[in-house]
Amino acid sequence: MPALPAPKAATSLSLAAVAVGDLEDISLTLAPGEITCLSGPSGSGKSRLLRAIADLEPHEGDIRLGDQSQESLTGHDWRRAVMLVPAESQWWAEDVGAHFDLDCQAGLEALGLSSDTLGWQVARLSSGEKQRLALLRALSCRPRVLLLDEPTANLDHATTLRCEAWLGAQARQYGMPVLWVAHDPEQIKRVAQHHVRIAGRRLETSI
Amino acid sequence: MNVIALEGWQLGLAALMVVALAACTTMARLGIGRPLLIAAIRTAVQLTLVGLVLEALFASARFQWVALMAVAMLLIAGREVMTRQRRRLRGGWSFGIGTMTMFLSSFSVTILTLTVIVGPQPWYTPQYAIPLLGMLLGNTMTGVSLAMDRLTTNVWQQRSVIENRLMLGQPWQEAIGDVRREAMRSGMIPTINSMAAAGVVSLPGMMTGQILAGSAPALAVKYQILVMFIITAGTGFGTLAAVAATSRRLFDQRERLRLDRLSTPKG
Repeated sequence: MPALPAPKAATSLSLAAVAVGDLEDISLTLAPGEITCLSGPSGSGKSRLLRAIADLEPHEGDIRLGDQSQESLTGHDWRRAVMLVPAESQWWAEDVGAHFDLDCQAGLEALGLSSDTLGWQVARLSSGEKQRLALLRALSCRPRVLLLDEPTANLDHATTLRCEAWLGAQARQYGMPVLWVAHDPEQIKRVAQHHVRIAGRRLETSI
Repeated sequence: MNVIALEGWQLGLAALMVVALAACTTMARLGIGRPLLIAAIRTAVQLTLVGLVLEALFASARFQWVALMAVAMLLIAGREVMTRQRRRLRGGWSFGIGTMTMFLSSFSVTILTLTVIVGPQPWYTPQYAIPLLGMLLGNTMTGVSLAMDRLTTNVWQQRSVIENRLMLGQPWQEAIGDVRREAMRSGMIPTINSMAAAGVVSLPGMMTGQILAGSAPALAVKYQILVMFIITAGTGFGTLAAVAATSRRLFDQRERLRLDRLSTPKG
């Protein structure tokens, strides 16, 4: 297995006047190593905003990683740096291990997964296991920004706490700005340094 | 050797067999009688008309008439490719990509065969050019339409997987790689199968026709091998180009999957 690439210099992610779907004039700065929670009613466009930040959906406005604009990178280079983990992960190969490039034993343990999970068939994974493995898969690509769409939706309380702790530690260790879609006010209190909420077509700051 | 001439009443006897089949299926309420008769009538009318056109074409043998016939065949094949798609690319792209790739592969392979391999004088002699182009276009059309249909259908069904692969930073070619391989396979399988079964299971139509028309079997076989090879090349390059162009069109310059460029199927 290749060695982990050296962490790149921590950078912030900034949005200026972004418009996608019903949302308009979204401006936001995510600081390195800090978690910002995003909440809002169902159908208010949270997932679409995340997709726009990952450049999976046409949108307006300016999105920058440090001083690099979205258009200055190719689509796949941008998404490799600004990694979106969707609410429902997809697995295309038979074996779990075929979806991973790097060794991630430490992560498996931290997320409460068995150390031989990578040898399993995808078909035998539970939804909770898939969710945690999707987080691990995304982080093993060493992104510079993390966008999480309800990352603990299928997990029990103890495993949720475990995931929160691990994600917070990863964000601090690699200086990643994190945008985390969450509904549970308790979770937002536990993990977030900042909290923004979608109200109508705009974004408002809660913390 | 003389060819036995076929009279109208002999064809009528053959037609009676189709009518009998249609009557049986109608009595058994299988619902295939009507389309069967309509298709049979179409065969008779279309082939009679094309016979008249070919007689006129062979008599004149002028380049512009051969070219006009070739373009008409190409446009009809392009329309056929488009109508066989369940989910078409919007804005005429399905017709455009189908026609363009068939033009590039069938026309270049036909012209190459006529000028370099067979060498009639002049090279566009309609007795050689039109049948060769017809066989190439017919097979390329099947390959291109199967591959494009499989590609767009599978991309639609596997959109979540493709997008998840994009999210992980894969280039679009890698994210759609599995679907592309599958589409290329389904476009080429009929050609590969027919090459594998040729002579053992089936006597190919062209060879049968030549033998019935009085050619020596050895010569008919040589022509058949030539035709199978150029059909494979034409179908293969056409399918390759169609799969490449269609999958490129499904992504924009930011490598986003753009399913809004596909139409929704009717019915």
